[in-house]
Amino acid sequence: MIKNFWKRKHIVELFVKLVMMFSIALVGGSLLLILATVVARGLPALTWEMVSQTPKGGFYMGKGGGVLNAILGSLYLAGGGTALALALSLPMALVLKTYLGDSKAGSLVRLSLDVLWGIPTIVYGAFGFAVMILLGMRSSLLAGILILSLVELPIMTRAMDEVIRRMPKGLEHAALALGSTKLEVATKVVVPQMLPGIITAILLAFGRGIGDAASVLFTAGYTDRLPSSLMSPTASLPLAVFFQLSTPYPAVRERGYASALILTIVVLVVSFGSRALSAKLSKYTVK
Amino acid sequence: MESHIQVKDLKVSYGKQEVLKNVNLEIPRNRITVIMGPSGCGKTTLLMTMNRFLELNEGVTIAGQVLVDGHNIYSPDVDVTEVRKRVGLLAQRPTPLPMSIFDNVSYGMYIHQMRKETIEYKQAVRHYLELAGLWDEVGKRLHDPATALSIGQQQRLCLARGLAVEPEIILGDEPTSALDPVSSAHIEHKLLELKEKYTTVVVTHTLRQAKRLADHVVFMYLGEVVEQGPAAEVFGNPREERTKQYLQGLF
Amino acid sequence: MIPPIGSSTTGATGWQPQPVALARAKSNERARKIFLGFTALPVVLILLVTLGLLIRSWPILSTYPLQDLLFGEVWKPSKMLFGLLPFITGTVWITAVGVLISVPPCLLVAIYLSEYAHDSTRSFIRPILDLLAAIPSVVFGVWGLVTIVPFVESTVMPFAKAAFPYIPFLKVDQPTGFSVLSGGLVLAVMIAPLLISVVYEVLLTVPNDLRRASLAIGATQWETIRRVLIPQVLPGIIAAVVLGASRALGETIAVLMVVGNVPQIPTSIFDAAYPLPALIANNYGEMMSIPLYDSALLGAALILLIIILIFNVLSVIVLQRVKQRKWE
Repeated sequence: MIKNFWKRKHIVELFVKLVMMFSIALVGGSLLLILATVVARGLPALTWEMVSQTPKGGFYMGKGGGVLNAILGSLYLAGGGTALALALSLPMALVLKTYLGDSKAGSLVRLSLDVLWGIPTIVYGAFGFAVMILLGMRSSLLAGILILSLVELPIMTRAMDEVIRRMPKGLEHAALALGSTKLEVATKVVVPQMLPGIITAILLAFGRGIGDAASVLFTAGYTDRLPSSLMSPTASLPLAVFFQLSTPYPAVRERGYASALILTIVVLVVSFGSRALSAKLSKYTVK
Repeated sequence: MESHIQVKDLKVSYGKQEVLKNVNLEIPRNRITVIMGPSGCGKTTLLMTMNRFLELNEGVTIAGQVLVDGHNIYSPDVDVTEVRKRVGLLAQRPTPLPMSIFDNVSYGMYIHQMRKETIEYKQAVRHYLELAGLWDEVGKRLHDPATALSIGQQQRLCLARGLAVEPEIILGDEPTSALDPVSSAHIEHKLLELKEKYTTVVVTHTLRQAKRLADHVVFMYLGEVVEQGPAAEVFGNPREERTKQYLQGLF
Repeated sequence: MIPPIGSSTTGATGWQPQPVALARAKSNERARKIFLGFTALPVVLILLVTLGLLIRSWPILSTYPLQDLLFGEVWKPSKMLFGLLPFITGTVWITAVGVLISVPPCLLVAIYLSEYAHDSTRSFIRPILDLLAAIPSVVFGVWGLVTIVPFVESTVMPFAKAAFPYIPFLKVDQPTGFSVLSGGLVLAVMIAPLLISVVYEVLLTVPNDLRRASLAIGATQWETIRRVLIPQVLPGIIAAVVLGASRALGETIAVLMVVGNVPQIPTSIFDAAYPLPALIANNYGEMMSIPLYDSALLGAALILLIIILIFNVLSVIVLQRVKQRKWE
């Protein structure tokens, strides 16, 4: 029974484990490398002016100003998109669980949500712009919000659906046994129990919305002014990064990196925030 | 009577909960030893230490020794796969692998490279299916998926699969609890036939099965071995009060 | 359908529904109808997007034969030439390279997480994947631009030039690192979280009894994985890869920033390419004066959408089945 380490199968086992460790290092290393790159490139150009001012004349040739227009624009766009998506997806996720369950219709809805999730945002953007032309609409904050809500809807609904489906069975039955209707079960038992998961889903979708460039490229447009009304074009951070990096001026490109750093920070804060928040909220839920 | 497995000062805990408290055992060679006791007494845990299966659960700490032929299987220089080859396991529910009947039986032999030619594999598969009393039923459809068999047949297939790697010891973890009475009888019958060649340790919670099978009995209660000895003694004239109570059905 | 359950036992007098209970039952019923309408939304949306693109690209689809669009090699809108082949092949090359690079390590990470890792290791790796999934596309693009492109240009290309001068798909024909390989590398990292988490979930559906049945005979863990687990979940793994590929197909900004955007049919991983999403992103919304131009671009979007819909539907159906353990 003494182990012979030179036996083929033990060598293979060890080798496989080493390759697995290497793969993990590869994935983790990529994340570190990305973060390090963005910080190293972005930090030197990240000034207070960058986050507190809008672009001044000649900004895209290296003159003064910042990307406040894009920061605020992105917050409005993603905030509006998330709110709209939430208004649709929470009821949808509840219906999926409460009325459809694991039935055929339920599978079909989940399938179509997953497919919707898979549609590239550039297609949403192109579709949105085509509709806008049809309606004679110009690119605007509203159009951007509408398209982002489409992008976020499936993400949020599926995330909520997963959370709701993992709800302890007994809880719902206990509520039904007490004489609650299905609607009451949904609003008074399911939602509070699922609150941490729901918040995670919302922030997940918000993060996806704020980082997406392809969907707002045509629909929200881009402007150096602060967003003033739903009908005016609106800048966004991903596009600010993209446009600044497309210029030949080194100073502008530096600010592109800084904008990327700002965007990364926002997304990381949202990601960590949702983790912390849901951990705090899940104190009172039944596990 | 020579003992094949010795358990010495074995302590097992899940996290902080102690499930086996200082267990000492002798399991005789080429006999059927039945471990019995009320549910939750740690009998399956004890069984799973004998093929080093317990460590597959997360958060388990195991201290003490389990000796097979005088060799501690928990010693760091031991090859776990060799231990498990020598100590076969018949699980609670039959678990055919998702492959054909033939491949199920030859799987272990193939893994351990115990044969060379295809013809040898064919002969060996037939031999072990016969040994498990399944050949007559499946000899003509060896390449059907194993999941197509009835539950009782699946369990005998698992027995054949275990025997095919030529173990010395067979562990049975309530091996008939998922089966109908006829299939159960079939498995029990097989175990009795096989005890000439194999040391068998069976966990059961039915007293009648224990009486039908046992040459040697271990009675456990709350993580401790209360009493062990030849079946006739333990059943006929138990020394411990708790054993008597259990035998009278008071637990 | 489910009958209303409003008729509860709130009244002590008997089983007759009380007024309050009736009102509750009614609101339950009304909610059911409204809500069921909601769930049709995703299906409607998919149809709407497809139909919308189809209608808007109809002018070009009805003017040119389909094979001229799909297999035409020249894209010159000003001369009314709308051959999409360079963009389609570009997309395929970049996606294929990305998936090929990503799949082996991602499979291994997923297997490690489900078969070898302890809970503590898992809770350490999970946030890494979540963060990687949260990073915006444009940031991946920045990373590709400042790290991957120079790396490919200064290290990989000279090496390939010296080591494999005669292998066609490794031929170095252009001086910059803006290439299929750069796009593939960026994509490989981008789809990694998706691939890993889907394969991990697929592996979780395998009952533990199977692993134990194999281990009990004395198989090593890797033997168990290779001979029992992987054959069992192969459909799920393939579906995960297809899902990853479809995600890669539609990726826009990050890829656009690193592949060079030269409308040519790539023949080597060191060639520049111009994938479909980049074509749409770079040109749509401008130059509407050329007739049929926007229709052609929406046609490109339609092609992209249809490929991705097919990939997605297939893989999602397989994965749904795998998760319900219906594959036997």
